[in-house]
Amino acid sequence: MMTGLRILLGAAILGGLGAAAPFTPLWLISLVTLAMSTGLVVCGLIILWRGGLVPFGQALFFATGAYTVALSGRWFGVTDAFLLIALAVIMAALVAFVVGFLLAQYREIFFAMLSLALSMILYGVLVKSETLGSTDGVNVAQASFFGMKPRGPGYTFALFWLALGMVFLAWVGVSAYLGSIAGQLAGAIRDNEIRVEYLGISVTRLVHLKLTISAALAGAGGALAALSISHVDPQMAYWTTSGGFVFVTILAGAASVPAAFLGALLFEIVRTIAVALLPGGWQLILGSVLLLTILFVPEGLGSLMIRKRATISEKGAA
Amino acid sequence: MQRTSVRACLARKVSAALLLTALPVAAVAQTAPTAEPVKLGIVSFLTGPAAGPFGIPGRNSAEIMIEMLNAGKVPAPYATPGLAGAKIVPKYVDEAGSTANQVTEFRNLVQRDGVNATVGYVSSGNCLAVAPVAEELKALTVFFDCGTPRIFEEKPLKYVFRATPHATMDSVGAARYVLKKFPDLASYSGINQNYAWGQDSWRDFVAAMKALAPKATVDKELLPKLFAGEFGAEISALLTTNSKIVHSSFWNGDLESFIVQNGARGLPARSTMVYTAGETAMFRLGGKIPDGTIIGARGPHGVMAPDTPLNKWFRGVYEDRFATAPTYPAYHMAQSILGLKSAWDKAAAAKGGQQPAIDDVVKAFEGIEFEGPSAKIRMAIGNGHQGIADIAYGSFRFNKAEGKAEIVDVVRYPAECVNPPANMTSTAWLEAGMPGAKCN
Repeated sequence: MMTGLRILLGAAILGGLGAAAPFTPLWLISLVTLAMSTGLVVCGLIILWRGGLVPFGQALFFATGAYTVALSGRWFGVTDAFLLIALAVIMAALVAFVVGFLLAQYREIFFAMLSLALSMILYGVLVKSETLGSTDGVNVAQASFFGMKPRGPGYTFALFWLALGMVFLAWVGVSAYLGSIAGQLAGAIRDNEIRVEYLGISVTRLVHLKLTISAALAGAGGALAALSISHVDPQMAYWTTSGGFVFVTILAGAASVPAAFLGALLFEIVRTIAVALLPGGWQLILGSVLLLTILFVPEGLGSLMIRKRATISEKGAA
Repeated sequence: MQRTSVRACLARKVSAALLLTALPVAAVAQTAPTAEPVKLGIVSFLTGPAAGPFGIPGRNSAEIMIEMLNAGKVPAPYATPGLAGAKIVPKYVDEAGSTANQVTEFRNLVQRDGVNATVGYVSSGNCLAVAPVAEELKALTVFFDCGTPRIFEEKPLKYVFRATPHATMDSVGAARYVLKKFPDLASYSGINQNYAWGQDSWRDFVAAMKALAPKATVDKELLPKLFAGEFGAEISALLTTNSKIVHSSFWNGDLESFIVQNGARGLPARSTMVYTAGETAMFRLGGKIPDGTIIGARGPHGVMAPDTPLNKWFRGVYEDRFATAPTYPAYHMAQSILGLKSAWDKAAAAKGGQQPAIDDVVKAFEGIEFEGPSAKIRMAIGNGHQGIADIAYGSFRFNKAEGKAEIVDVVRYPAECVNPPANMTSTAWLEAGMPGAKCN
């Protein structure tokens, strides 16, 4: 459960990061912003993951969010970053709500494959739309913040602070949800659905809700990514993008929400170092990291944090 | 502990060796004023499906050009060492991965590694994504191989250049060559990959054909998915038509499997195939390509390049190093680097030989004209940021006696014949029937 103290601590850490931004190299700031966008998606994946559901098509909602930002700006002239992100979240949640009537009926590999198929439909449609630049994609106009239009490094900072705010909201919100009855039932759904039904709860509706929440987070992640890259393309809906999110979730583990963001950050840092070290074989490094994680930290990085906390409280008790 | 000392020892040996090899270079460079080295980011596909046909030739070409420029061994007018006397230090980055990765790595190059300029990008999507970032960071960037005309047509750019002409030229050249071979063509078909490059190539080809031969009709318009690899159904569809020619902008694995598969079904006996990017596969497939197939190389590159001293030198050093002939991506990289050098040297000359600031190089680059290994490049369109050059098309012939792939009947079209003028977008130009095209 979230206590006031932990919320304060989280706010202090994020606030500290925000205050440190002007003293950090700019490339690192944009890298962290992008990692936070992945973190938001992974945060949503954790909700499903705990219920034993692994979607291989989360890119559907990610791309929906990203394209909502790009097209709202292009067609309707919306430039306010907060409004754009809100629109993206609503669109992604709406799509999830609609496809959820179908998806929520399925479990395990069928759930994974069906979600993958749906995201590939979006990919196919985007590739065929020549007005949207097909595979080349379209640029996203630079956003404004409550009428202010920071440019150059100011824009990078503004997006970073926006990302921190989103991370804070997602962290508090998802932690609260995971602590609620609906959230706590995730493990029960994974273990025995029939018993959950006997408690008088509709598992299908619960899964539908989880899917919608996770899609809203993926939409937020997509919106942030679109703003920070300033470009969207159909690759965002491709299955390798979904695979990347699953990769980070394995790295982070489903045990802890902050781990989603740390995992995403670690992944992005490992990738960028690997590219710098081995331009012709960086995928090897990335793959080895995943393998080693699965071998030595099968529950993900989050489990390390929780183990650490457990040892501390044990010592405290003794 | 022991391992550390071994490593340290090794490091010392390596640095000593590097020092020794660097000495002769340093001796050459001494004639020029000693300047801070220029860091150059080189981005190209080093892994993935686009690495073999495009990325690696581009990267290899960059390696050899930078080495030769540093040593001052490139023939005139590029015989002065480095960029205005400053040694070039390359940093290679893989272009594989999402556009998000590319934008991040581009920021890393500029903001973390502090490169002075970047030459790179094969994928048009990556070029479109990197362009606004380059503007934001005021980072001089030369795109070397991507083809989309959209880069400079959507909004004017200041820090981004592309010496390599855009893809409209490939389709217009193909249409002109096809109509020279088949003046009374009644109908034609096309098979192109269903992604931006394939769609754009086909759209431009149809528009050029409409302008040049309004009576010719389209039979079949096929857009199989990228990397489909198997084209049985498409070949059947093409076999039912009376098209004299079939247009295709296929590349890599798709191109090779399509050539092998349609050959087995006898499609080339009914229709002449037109491969606008056929040159990259020509040497590997050799005799499997039927004689008379129309081949393009996205410019007058490779075997269609003229016999100038610069081209002879370039082919010589490239073949010596990599034991294969340079294909068009290698030419694209070479001409992009030479364009950068021309601008750099011009900017330095204006400052009395001092190292120019990036803004000076940008100013010097705009509208510059320079010799590439295969053609003269003029940065004539896109506000002086987009190069135009001649294009050549030819017919394939397999020389059985020597077992060698050849191109015959080469026709070279002047730049103004196949490129839009400065004040028009390529789509508008094609739709207006290519006004102002000068072909003689």
